Amino acid sequence: MKRYGAAKIQVRHHNGLTLVELLDEEILDESTIAAIAETLFAVVEDNAPVRMVLSFSRVKHLSSMALGTLIRLCKRVEESGGSLKLCNIRAALLEIFVITKLNKLFDICDTEEMAINSFIA
Amino acid sequence: MPNENPCELEIPNDFLHAKEVEDRIVEQAAHCGFSEEQTFAIRLCLEEALSNAIRHGNGGDPTKKIRICYAVSNEKTEITIADQGTGFNPTAVPDPTVRENLETPSGRGIMLMKAYMNSVEYNKLGNQVRLVKLNKAG
Repeated sequence: MKRYGAAKIQVRHHNGLTLVELLDEEILDESTIAAIAETLFAVVEDNAPVRMVLSFSRVKHLSSMALGTLIRLCKRVEESGGSLKLCNIRAALLEIFVITKLNKLFDICDTEEMAINSFIA
Repeated sequence: MPNENPCELEIPNDFLHAKEVEDRIVEQAAHCGFSEEQTFAIRLCLEEALSNAIRHGNGGDPTKKIRICYAVSNEKTEITIADQGTGFNPTAVPDPTVRENLETPSGRGIMLMKAYMNSVEYNKLGNQVRLVKLNKAG
């Protein structure tokens, strides 16, 4: 398990997959989002082409700016030949993805296990 | 506890001061009986409105200020946020849910505010927004 910088994400590797856990409860403001973005993009570069599962189990709040960062992350992953799945998004946050129709853009799984299995299937 | 009279304050144009006000308003709303779901909505919309004021309205200029006026009661939370910018036309913001805009990283803040608040009103210039969240359980 590896921690990346002050943004506090945890990274594990499992069967060729890169499993990332976001550790901040609130991903709202510019500086927090910028720090998380920097570390996530570093993970993408370090593991390209990355097959990433991004877990939101600890996240309680996120803003539209965070959504923008996720979009950029997804594009970067795909441009490098990888793929990204999101998981463990609590219902209140999932509603944000649905309202903005980003549930159509992102590959969202209920659990980390389901996300991992979807890579294998 | 509810603040029966509107509270007015002016904060520097930065996220640190914005968060202090967000926390204060959300805490008051919780004390007034707004549910977890409702305070989630208030926090999200406050963040969106203040972020827009800081980044877009005031252009990230640290010398500018944001004026906030809010009143929290058992019935409703009402917040007005004004920046010192020249304003914009909120009706001209592209729909972020249409296919060609879906991958655009920005432009979702107003949509989320309208989805979660009972009322979102901009002044004519577009440099002031008024948000209202009703406590439907109250």
